[in-house]
Amino acid sequence: MTDSPYRIQGATGEWEVVIGLEVHAQITSQSKLFSGAATAFGAEPNSQVSLVDAAMPGMLPVPNGECIRQAVRTGLALDAQINRWSRFDRKNYFYADLPQGYQISQLYHPLVGEGSLLIEPEDAAPKTIGIERIHVEQDAGKLMHDQHPTRSYVDLNRSGVALMEIVSRPDMRSPAEAGAYVKKLRSILRYVGSCDGNMEQGSMRADVNVSVRKPGGELGTRTETKNVNSVRFVMAAIEHEAKRQVAVIEDGGTIIQETRLFDPDKGVTRSMRSKEDAHDYRYFPDPDLLPLELDEAFLADALASLPELPDAKRARYEGELGLSAYNADVLTADVETARWFEAMLAEGAPAKAGANWLISELFGALNRLGKTIGESPVSPRQAAELVALVGDGTLSGSLAKQVFELMLETGQDAGVIVEERGLKQTSDTGAIEAEIARVIAANPDKVADYKGGKDKLFGFFVGQTMRAMGGKANPGVVNDLLKKALE
Amino acid sequence: MTNLTDLGVADIRDGVAAGTFSARDVATAFNAAVEQGRALNAWLVETPDHALVAADAADAARASGDLKPLSGVPLGIKDLFCTKGVETTAASGMLKGFVPPYESTVSGKLLNAGAGMLGKLNMDQFAMGSSNETSAFGNVVSPWKRNDGGNAALAPGGSSGGSSAAVSARMAPGATGTDTGGSIRQPAAFTGISGIKPTYGRCSRWGTIAFASSLDQAGPMARDVRDCAILLEAMSGFDAKDATSLDLPVPAWEKGLSADLKGKRVGVPKEYRVDGMPPEIEALWQQGIAYMKDAGAEIVEVSLPHTKYALPTYYIIAPAEASSNLARYDGVRYGLRDLPDGANLQEMYAATRADGFGAEVKRRIMVGTYVLSAGFYDAYFTKAQKVRALIVRDFEHAFTQCDVLLTPTAPSAAFGLGEKSDDPLAMYLNDVFTVPSSLAGLPAMSVPGGLDTQGLPLGLQIIGRALDEQGVLNAGLAIEERAGFTARPGQWW
Amino acid sequence: MSVDLATVRKIASLARIATSDAEAEALLPELNNILGWIEQLAQVDTTGVEPLAAVIPNHLRLREDKVTDGGIRDAVLANAPQAEHGFFAVPKVIE
Repeated sequence: MTDSPYRIQGATGEWEVVIGLEVHAQITSQSKLFSGAATAFGAEPNSQVSLVDAAMPGMLPVPNGECIRQAVRTGLALDAQINRWSRFDRKNYFYADLPQGYQISQLYHPLVGEGSLLIEPEDAAPKTIGIERIHVEQDAGKLMHDQHPTRSYVDLNRSGVALMEIVSRPDMRSPAEAGAYVKKLRSILRYVGSCDGNMEQGSMRADVNVSVRKPGGELGTRTETKNVNSVRFVMAAIEHEAKRQVAVIEDGGTIIQETRLFDPDKGVTRSMRSKEDAHDYRYFPDPDLLPLELDEAFLADALASLPELPDAKRARYEGELGLSAYNADVLTADVETARWFEAMLAEGAPAKAGANWLISELFGALNRLGKTIGESPVSPRQAAELVALVGDGTLSGSLAKQVFELMLETGQDAGVIVEERGLKQTSDTGAIEAEIARVIAANPDKVADYKGGKDKLFGFFVGQTMRAMGGKANPGVVNDLLKKALE
Repeated sequence: MTNLTDLGVADIRDGVAAGTFSARDVATAFNAAVEQGRALNAWLVETPDHALVAADAADAARASGDLKPLSGVPLGIKDLFCTKGVETTAASGMLKGFVPPYESTVSGKLLNAGAGMLGKLNMDQFAMGSSNETSAFGNVVSPWKRNDGGNAALAPGGSSGGSSAAVSARMAPGATGTDTGGSIRQPAAFTGISGIKPTYGRCSRWGTIAFASSLDQAGPMARDVRDCAILLEAMSGFDAKDATSLDLPVPAWEKGLSADLKGKRVGVPKEYRVDGMPPEIEALWQQGIAYMKDAGAEIVEVSLPHTKYALPTYYIIAPAEASSNLARYDGVRYGLRDLPDGANLQEMYAATRADGFGAEVKRRIMVGTYVLSAGFYDAYFTKAQKVRALIVRDFEHAFTQCDVLLTPTAPSAAFGLGEKSDDPLAMYLNDVFTVPSSLAGLPAMSVPGGLDTQGLPLGLQIIGRALDEQGVLNAGLAIEERAGFTARPGQWW
Repeated sequence: MSVDLATVRKIASLARIATSDAEAEALLPELNNILGWIEQLAQVDTTGVEPLAAVIPNHLRLREDKVTDGGIRDAVLANAPQAEHGFFAVPKVIE
């Protein structure tokens, strides 16, 4: 861990980067924010579009209660102020992906006010990032530019899907902090269940606000790089944009407050000319919708429905389960992992051994297979049984590895594999002693060297004995008997 | 036998139920009247077959004994209501050829109640206007003429001018209207018929093309108060598809009708005595007050101090909402598209909207865009919403002293076509008496009070407390019974 | 406060209404006339007054999260000036 701050090295000295993020997270819901059309990903074009989403004349929005509830739960998970009185506003601009000619959003009275998020970037001190607000809004449709030489095609399936816009304070000072912020936020959203956090499918994306200044100086003019859709790209976009800004300023230029786009192939940001004149959004309260008033019962229900969140869970894993800080961190970073781990515990697996096994064996296997933990071929119950067989001495560590491989291949339970294939570890001292005698007899020179002080050769004798035992000997027993035999 | 087109909604309903005549005869008679009245340009689309099919269903329902509340009643539908399978344009070139794949809640309720549709009624484009002259398909001509022997064509009022002309010319026994700042009441007053705008939220706005969402309300226009009550009952009711819809049962307004105003207090707002009000309007108002007294009501003078600010408030809020509501007309998903050679997307928008919208619509979009734009939002829009809150308070205070308010509906009788169309502001001032209650979302109706010296109808307006449509209808009925208004335009078409 | 020709053009551009020079010049006095008239609201003392939020007391109802709509592509595209392969088509947009 180091405290040296992130700096851009310019010709005129060091520059500090000031970063704020607006994360757009798709709220998990069956139907859209203001219509009953479905939200599923990957449907046929315009098949999940209601007359409301297509902004046919006379159509009216009716809000989806689940989307409001999920945004409130998200706010509560971020220790944020929940506003009992909020309102939807119209953001007016013309674009082909925006059928109404306005986006229903919340400017003046957002649903969620100030909150905070603790981040722990690698190689840096933990830091609390301020959340300015969370508001609920509609997503736009999608334009396809590559299907026809002179036309763009409009698909409104996404039009009207509910988004939360989570706006941070400009509290971040490095790409690493921004990356940690996005990861932590995604982790919390997934714990809460308000967003699946899937950045590839666009259910989470970030607008990145970046400015540079001399350390501690006046804030510079910021640019906004839109729709950055991975943690890596967020970090790359910041780095490029900060360097670009430093170069512009040091060349005597000025930074224009503008919207930019990140090109992941080239790793650069560029100005978005098409949206240049859309600055005057003429926000005003949507007269089709009344103010949104939440009662205490609604808030109490939302609060009661919150799961244990990652920070609390990690503290419990360390404090109550006695896990190492590293293991607790790894197991709680993603809600699916934590759920899997806890399912293992519920099946009787001891916490420490279970955690070690999950992190080293299961993760290793999943990595090889290219699967997520949700797709694991082995269930938590099967895993708990395997760990228990190690715990009671039935399996040695190496036997357990073999058994696990067979479990992955066959889907069979560990106990069945051990029975059918006779993979039980043995502590039969007679058989082990016989093999040890044979190993010693076959290697008189090594025995002499060992006795002459080459302690390292002990491992050689263990290996030879284990091999002779077909890997099934209890390593503890082998150690004890070998020591005696070699005295 | 009576001429069937002289009958109103209640008479037709009751006559069909009693078997006095068939629904098909009624529909046939009105279809013929529609055809004969084309000179008035009240209809944008005629749907005689629709009226006949509904009539046959009504006749069958009578035979099988399951008549519905409006079985046998053919109606005109303002072209602001989307009608499934029938072209709906809001009288704008922007929507020429638009055939909705859906039926507005209000028109759907009427059709489900057994009504037939005679056609779609002309109107001011996107309901923006007070004379029907902003229609892209030619203005409606009022069936009324001055008695000066001249032949000046008069405005039927607006924006529901097709509706007012059709009912007044006996081309329909009743029609739907919509009212944003007076668009039901002023045309009703201009043509000697009745019309009511209910409390904001009574009628669903779903499927009705939006002008200004916080003000728009549908309502009926018909020959008399009873017919208005019948139609309003069928049009009203909670709709989960409109977030501003009121989740309340619909009262039995027709059954509750009573012209006895004993124990009621009628408020006369002193601020409605505006500068330059013609003596005839003042006289009409006094006559209305006398009718109310005669019906047993007590008259109290009340004050609505912010009345003079209602029009400027309205002309900020309504255009602001309209500028946003009309952003969807962009040539992408329906309606007109104007794509000049080599134009990009934004140029296509600009060309389409320049071509598709009429001058008044553009003017209001421009005003609305301006008052919402950066640096002006608070000074205009927020300020207007504050003044609107004060206007609401004025009414709340007045209704602690009275049960309904009585005012003239419009500051003049119908004006000639073209007389005001060059001066937008003069046209706006025509809504001076109707706009305040629109801003407050209150139920208000116009009933005929008498004729001016030129033989043109004048209307009296009754404004009620929120949700007290019954009080409004009853006061209207008291005037109707006493005014004995039977004048009708001579049939020159 | 009165607007000038440049403002009229800017507003027309924001509203996406193509406006010729002659049209802009004709609009200028009309808009100034209307804006001058609505400015009388400045006279009203609104100290301490909250802007109106809902004209008739009512509360915002929340819908259940169910799929009740969609699957009507033909109806959605039926009135489109240009629809191809299930999409609305517009002049190519360069982003």
